[in-house]
Amino acid sequence: MNYKFKVGCSKNKLQSIRQFIQQTLDNYSISEVDKCQLVLAVDEMCANLMIHSHHCNAEKKLELSITIENDEGITFEIFDQGKAFNILEYKDPQLEHIIKQKRKGGLGILLVKRIMDLIEFDYDANKKLNVCRLHKFIPIKEQKE
Amino acid sequence: MVTVTAEFIENYYLIIINGEVDASSSIHLDKAFQEAVQSGYKKILVDCKNLQYISSAGLGVFISYIDEIESKNIKLVLFNMSEKVYKVFEILGLHKILSITDTEEKAKVLTDEL
Repeated sequence: MNYKFKVGCSKNKLQSIRQFIQQTLDNYSISEVDKCQLVLAVDEMCANLMIHSHHCNAEKKLELSITIENDEGITFEIFDQGKAFNILEYKDPQLEHIIKQKRKGGLGILLVKRIMDLIEFDYDANKKLNVCRLHKFIPIKEQKE
Repeated sequence: MVTVTAEFIENYYLIIINGEVDASSSIHLDKAFQEAVQSGYKKILVDCKNLQYISSAGLGVFISYIDEIESKNIKLVLFNMSEKVYKVFEILGLHKILSITDTEEKAKVLTDEL
């Protein structure tokens, strides 16, 4: 099953992204803790793209796609037209350094890496869009009424 | 959306967080924390009962005050946190750096002990 959501690059839209994921996952048997962590990983990635690739320009759009396959788990894809993020340039920060430097940011991607099983950055030549793919291997079944 | 309230109970400074702390709302938590840390109070309690969600921007607020709290000899304890929110602190190992407990009573005892 596939679900899609389109939103402007404004940080106050993050709540609607979380709501969309939450409502989508409510149809599936998945624990509250797992659900919260998947929501968190996508929220972090979208916040990063909004801030760093689009400078919070609400005119620019992000498209989120959720694909759920019973045997494979769950895949989130975030499509955008911003400056591509190079994950190879990202080095895991040390928590002690962040504490010493009194930094308020810099841990979002680390959270994504610890929650998700696969993170890919790609270019979709058909759609002419960047795509960030996050995958979690997790047993997931549609909830029976 | 998040609302943050400050209450004063004897020598405790109590911060109550209501709602979701993300990249757009963490500024409100930051402001509340700044006021608490600069208030002169040495015991700060944070009620997380109605903290429904926290992302790295919210965790960043806690992290950015750890150094100042230590240097000012302030005791900080978080309490009443839901399991799903606690797990987020756990992912980054913050549960080992910050004091987190289940009830306000235990939090008060902890600030006296720390």
